[in-house]
Amino acid sequence: MRLAAERAALRLARPYLRRLVGAGLLAAGTELAGLALMATATWLLVTAAGRPPLDALTVAIVGVRALAISRGVLRYTERLAGHDAVLRIITDVRARVFATLAGRPATADQRSGDALSRLVSDVEAVQDLLLRVLVPGAAATVVAVLAVAGAAAVSPAAAVALAVGLFVAGVLLPAAATALTRRSADRIAPLRGALAVDAVDLTHGAADLAAFGATGSALQRATGHARELARLERRTAVGGAAIDGAGTLTAGATAAAVVFAALNAGADGVLVGVLAVGTLAAVEATLALVASARQWRQLRTALSRVAPFLDAPAPDPGPVGRTVVAAESPERAPEGPGHDCTIDGVTVRYRAGAAPALDGVGLALPAGRRVAIVGPSGAGKSTLLGVLTGAVAPTAGAATLDGTPITAYGPERRARLVGGLLAEAYVFHATVRENLLLGRPGATDGELAAAAAVAGLGDWVDDQPARWDTVVGEDGAQLSGGQRQRLALARALLAAPAVLVLDEPTEGLDPAAADRVLDAVLASLAPERSLVLVTHRLRGLDASDEVVVLDAGRIVQRGTAAELAAAPGWYREQWQMQQAAERGYTALAP
Amino acid sequence: MSRRPFDPRLLRRVPAARRQLAALGALGVVAAALIITQATALAALLAAAADGRLDRAALAAFLATVAARAVLLWAQGVIAAATAATVKATLRAELLGAVGTRGPGWLAGQRAGQLATLAGRGLDALDAYFTGYLPQLVLSVTVPIAVLARLTFADWSTAVVIAVTLPLIPIFGALLGWQAQAATERQWRRLSRLGGHFLDMVAGLPTLRAFGRARAQVEVVRRMADGHRIATMRTLRIAFLSALVLELVATLSVALVAVPVGLRLLGGGLTLQTALLVLLLAPEAYLPLRAAGSRFHASMEGLTALNEAFTVTAPAAGAPTGRRLPPPAPTELRFENVTVEYDRTVALRDVSLTIHAGERIAVVGPSGAGKSTLLGLLLGFVTPTRGRILVDGVDLATLDPDVWRRQLAWVPQRAHLFAASLADNICLGEPDAAPERVRGAVRAAALDDVVRHLPDGLDTLLGERGHGLSSGQRQRVALARAFLRDAPIVLLDEPTARLDGAAEAAVLDATRRLVAGRTALLVAHRPALLRDADRVLRVDDGRVTELTTSAGATDGTGATGLAGPVGLTGALG
Repeated sequence: MRLAAERAALRLARPYLRRLVGAGLLAAGTELAGLALMATATWLLVTAAGRPPLDALTVAIVGVRALAISRGVLRYTERLAGHDAVLRIITDVRARVFATLAGRPATADQRSGDALSRLVSDVEAVQDLLLRVLVPGAAATVVAVLAVAGAAAVSPAAAVALAVGLFVAGVLLPAAATALTRRSADRIAPLRGALAVDAVDLTHGAADLAAFGATGSALQRATGHARELARLERRTAVGGAAIDGAGTLTAGATAAAVVFAALNAGADGVLVGVLAVGTLAAVEATLALVASARQWRQLRTALSRVAPFLDAPAPDPGPVGRTVVAAESPERAPEGPGHDCTIDGVTVRYRAGAAPALDGVGLALPAGRRVAIVGPSGAGKSTLLGVLTGAVAPTAGAATLDGTPITAYGPERRARLVGGLLAEAYVFHATVRENLLLGRPGATDGELAAAAAVAGLGDWVDDQPARWDTVVGEDGAQLSGGQRQRLALARALLAAPAVLVLDEPTEGLDPAAADRVLDAVLASLAPERSLVLVTHRLRGLDASDEVVVLDAGRIVQRGTAAELAAAPGWYREQWQMQQAAERGYTALAP
Repeated sequence: MSRRPFDPRLLRRVPAARRQLAALGALGVVAAALIITQATALAALLAAAADGRLDRAALAAFLATVAARAVLLWAQGVIAAATAATVKATLRAELLGAVGTRGPGWLAGQRAGQLATLAGRGLDALDAYFTGYLPQLVLSVTVPIAVLARLTFADWSTAVVIAVTLPLIPIFGALLGWQAQAATERQWRRLSRLGGHFLDMVAGLPTLRAFGRARAQVEVVRRMADGHRIATMRTLRIAFLSALVLELVATLSVALVAVPVGLRLLGGGLTLQTALLVLLLAPEAYLPLRAAGSRFHASMEGLTALNEAFTVTAPAAGAPTGRRLPPPAPTELRFENVTVEYDRTVALRDVSLTIHAGERIAVVGPSGAGKSTLLGLLLGFVTPTRGRILVDGVDLATLDPDVWRRQLAWVPQRAHLFAASLADNICLGEPDAAPERVRGAVRAAALDDVVRHLPDGLDTLLGERGHGLSSGQRQRVALARAFLRDAPIVLLDEPTARLDGAAEAAVLDATRRLVAGRTALLVAHRPALLRDADRVLRVDDGRVTELTTSAGATDGTGATGLAGPVGLTGALG
């Protein structure tokens, strides 16, 4: 459990391991070229001071020039290779995280701001982890081992001094950095998440906050979080910078110790300078591990939050609250217009012991049937639609389509067979066209226009300069409530499933427009397609084959609209109330 | 837009950072002096060592300088991080504050995801700028000057080589860096869009599922991420190219210095100590410039975010708000030839209208006709393009909006609920309301049944944007807010839009109680709301006409019935 983050990172990296190792070796080569350049140049100078013949220096002169060029080239190659490998991994991560989110049922604790911060920051964290921790870490280790080996060949005493310095720079200081940043990192990440939620509330809720004079307190909370974050960041820096200072001190002290030890051991004077310069370079290279350790501690928190999102088994959401093996069974679910759907004795209980949301409900939907479902709010209408669309698994009973349980169809096929306009239809921040194409990818402009015309959206689209390419704003914010509803309806019509489900399709439209749209929808529906209409408005239900009144999860009345209007009960009361109200409304006409 | 490595607006807009920036500059000068001292001491130490001697004075001087540099590095790190923290906190407060001062109208065209990204991760990119780039930028001025000055005395011919090659770094940096900058800005915009795209996709997941598109959308997300990778690699190939050239200039210069110096040593024209000093100092001259160059890419993200933040929070662009106090109990609201134009459309045309205290006015009309704009004007979210609104003869634009809004209770079409407890959401306008009053408001809004079925009642925590409640329930939360507000003027934008018949009846009862004795403006699609209206206004294509009510509740307070030129048949079919 403790190493879940590390294991997740390794699992992600495995397909790209060769690229990563290659980048690590290139990084080590870069550091070694830099070290060798300074060491060779020092050897050149000290040897030249002894006035040897020029031939003795030729190799060193060529070496200095070659190393000077190779270092830059190695660095360039290493960075490109490393970034490419890591970005490939990150693409995987993004897709996996989204797939996992897509496979989860919507729950109350899912916060979009958190999800955003998770997907952007945490995923970047994985990228940083691989790029700035693994690659430099491997390079520093290789350099340290080779440097100590080289020093040992000159003077074992100096090599011991160097090894001690490298141990401090490569183990002790990184460990200290880890310890120092641990607590602050754990506190910084949640604060950043809180700030993201604050920002979403302040922007999306700006109107509500302003109208109720609560902008100030929301702002205060957000700036409070920002200030607290700044305070933490400042405090972290005091210890962190001290480690940087200690690193510089370590490099200098090690160089001094190496000179001292080498001289005491009577090493060749020419090589003492080479050792000193090489020591400085080697310790500097190893100090990169301090930065890596710091990153690692900060990133681990983020990574462990990403880890549970990486395990998307298959991006099939399945019905809420129950895992169903999505067996796509094309032979049992022929495409084509006519499908018979049945709901038989369905009971849904969301929590054991609680009152059932649906209680023994049965409904026959042979191809071409039109059914309206009405009833007070909380009667179970949405649950019934959920059972019908396979989003809710019945506790007892079954919903079947052509004899096969609806939940046994794969999600894509299920959506083509039963679906439409469900409650809280989301409008994406994209063009009108893209939003509509969600219903039927590959629909022609003619089909778009036909669906839009039925939903009463066509005139509005024609009025827009960009027509189908008009961008609708986040969650349809650039649209009026009515236009948004019409867009969602047009999308549902375009999808044209065998059983069309419409949950309050005319919500937000004035009565005249509501009547027009409902009539148009009914007229446009092919005769073999079934319709399940959930509505609070009882006008226009005459065209339904059956009207079902739900109350507290049970069917309390059923029949044609005319029959129900004649019988005492909930339907007649509502019908009379609505009639009276609409008469009052139309009486306003001069 | 800014191509400069330092944005001068920083000094003006974040005064708190001025002293910290000055301290960073001073430390840069000290650092340069210490680099010279350290190299001089090390050269002396190694020259003696070449003869097998240990120069104890040089060793002591070397260690002392190293210690001083360690302290200096610490101070630099602390101050740089403090500067970053100060600037980020200031800008975050300004950025989110701008949302408040400029009002919801300004936000309509902005994307929340983009702003959230900027206030969060976007500004965090400034860390790399302040702790990584800026100190190196200071050193890249002080250190080369100090090194050149020292080498002029030690060995002027080397000083000439360095003086000639050093400018190549900023020249190449400029040539290659500008391209990298344009590419980085594109990458940044892409990242923002990616952030928004994810939020959008996550928020719309239920809809994606309903159309069986959730799985297909995973591919879209992968494509977006892959596009991000390809764009980033294109940027990096150029950005790293500049680092390559800079590195080559620096390392080749060391070779250019070391080889001739070695040959002159051979000829005896130079002491070993001077030669070593030259070798040790030469790379130091290039180091800060190269370090700054290699961090330029990372810091650009910060500078771009900084630029965006300064642009968003630029002062004076906000709508001027008045400071006058509104009359305590206004008796008359008057629209005088009010026209409201948006980018593409005219929402209201030349509207003149008088609303008297205590009147209940229903507003009807087709969707998108301008009904909500009418309420937005009274709320001060929308300012008239022409004309004005008078509150007891005082122009609304001159009133303190916060004090004015205290007289209003608003139930919008789609109320935003916050990631807080249900009680907090209801008490949005009155955080200190007594529990009894809150319960009263809950009852009045017919929300008590909902509360009873929630696991923690009023203390139930809602998800972001009210996740966990149905739209009808959210609407009733918005109504409860309005009840608790207890304001003299109520603005209701289709309060029963998301309720079924039974709940609608309950809410209508409550609404009647709410509007009793108050001035009310009700946007209504549902006829049920019209029964209690004193007057009915019809909005069509931005024009407002008054309709006579046959229900006849008009009491002669000035609500003279005026039949519209367009009959209701046009509106109601």
